[in-house]
Amino acid sequence: MSGALLANPVLGPFVEFAFMRRALVGCLALSLSAPPIGVFLVLRRMSLMSDAMAHAILPGAALGFLVGGLSVPAMTAGGLAAGLAVALGAGLVARHTVLREDASLAAFYLLSLASGVTLVSMGGSNVDLLHFLFGSVLALADDAIVLLGAVASVTLAWLALVYRPLVIECVDPLFLRLSGRASALTHLSFLAVAVLNLVAAFQALGTLLAVGLMILPAVAARFWARDLGALIAAAIALAAASSVAGLLISYHFGVPSGPAIILSAGGAYLLSLLAGPRGALLRRRSESHFKG
Amino acid sequence: MSPRKPALAFRDLTLGYERRPAVHHLTATIREGDLVALVGPNGAGKSTLLNGVVGRAEVLGGAVDRCGRSVPEIGYLPQRAEIDAAFPISVHDFVAIGAWRRLGFWRRAGHDEEARIAEALARVSLGGFEARPIGTLSGGQLQRALFARTIVQDARVILLDEPFAAIDARTTADLLRVIARWHDEGRTVIAALHDFAQVRQSFPTSLLLARELIAFGATPSVLAPDNLARGSSLVEAWAEQAEHCHGEGGHHHHGEAGVAA
Repeated sequence: MSGALLANPVLGPFVEFAFMRRALVGCLALSLSAPPIGVFLVLRRMSLMSDAMAHAILPGAALGFLVGGLSVPAMTAGGLAAGLAVALGAGLVARHTVLREDASLAAFYLLSLASGVTLVSMGGSNVDLLHFLFGSVLALADDAIVLLGAVASVTLAWLALVYRPLVIECVDPLFLRLSGRASALTHLSFLAVAVLNLVAAFQALGTLLAVGLMILPAVAARFWARDLGALIAAAIALAAASSVAGLLISYHFGVPSGPAIILSAGGAYLLSLLAGPRGALLRRRSESHFKG
Repeated sequence: MSPRKPALAFRDLTLGYERRPAVHHLTATIREGDLVALVGPNGAGKSTLLNGVVGRAEVLGGAVDRCGRSVPEIGYLPQRAEIDAAFPISVHDFVAIGAWRRLGFWRRAGHDEEARIAEALARVSLGGFEARPIGTLSGGQLQRALFARTIVQDARVILLDEPFAAIDARTTADLLRVIARWHDEGRTVIAALHDFAQVRQSFPTSLLLARELIAFGATPSVLAPDNLARGSSLVEAWAEQAEHCHGEGGHHHHGEAGVAA
């Protein structure tokens, strides 16, 4: 029986290898927390903002790396500080200068990537650099897994707490602001939780792919679901499925695991775009149906 | 007039944006239960005045006295509401946002709130639309939903900025009935409007603004032809003065007058 289990192409790798199980646990934790944040980012048209924040984490994490080596706490602290600085800084620059937010984000993001890569190269090897850019899902240390689990818990608790004002802020920010309750708190904590998730995702997927499990499932979910609760559920399901699929593809075909996971999420997006009930193919049909 | 308590008092109030004044030295007192039309030509500062009441325009001189109320206690419907109609939220939930201050983060809408929401939807003729996403509403229907939300908000002072801009006649008539009902309930309502016929018909009191106060009182006397003429020429004079304002600053000023309209 255990032989059959080991031979099973889906379950076998996870039964046989601890590193596969650890990768699975880390990715599933990330799949619980990042996609709901991604749903809100997409709905608020902040997908690019999240990409810039993910890049901004790099120089911070690199500084942590220079100081403390490949230690999860040092890199996390550095990444958090840099990510928050950019999230708040981009908003400030947009408010107080002629640059729009997207332009200042592009500037921040290029600056972060260049300085981050420089910093990592100063203190480490090309292997370290690859780890920073693309993560190492298959080599998650204990503290990285703890971090991913903790961030998932904090995110879900936070979401339950501020769900209502968050929705109001998305629909009618002025109403929330004038209501005098929780407006600044909602917005700032949203940014903070987004950065937190990116820092966690950075451990598994690296700077360049950290946004992947956050945004791709959220975008794909739009083709499946209409109301917010269903969107969040669909995004989580798609992220979890992409994680499992990506790890298995990586195992069976010997391709790097982080990119395999994001490719799976990207495949899910393309599939949803074409075949989802609100996607390109079915939507056209149902629309003509409605008109009749 | 009557000895009713004041609801809003403007005392030598100068309001503007980025230190550029758009309303000058306004002194007026609006009393509890007043139904006031705020009229004046484009660029007269109507929106700026309403923004000033809720703290969105800078007080450059004088004072706005909200007579003991805080900004959150005032219902305010801006001209271009920053509504994200693409957000997946149902009409029911959107209208329920009006109860946010009473319900807070956690509390469920109980029987009372649900009844209030249902009644608000009925009053704006959106009964049956509860489950529809707001993105599927027409402009007029969205304005109805915003009025329903304001009903649910249950504010004693309600500010409406051009509530009928780009709204069809039937919706306007329905929403005017909502306003009349607010008036009957003793709420204070101030609406920035530009349709004088509508104002004469439905608003007993008017405040004619042209950067400064032209007239305030019973609508027929405020909307007298000489007042209106004086208002238009004053706003033109302000605009011209702004253009002659030294160099680049002048253009800026001119632009802002448009924003403040």
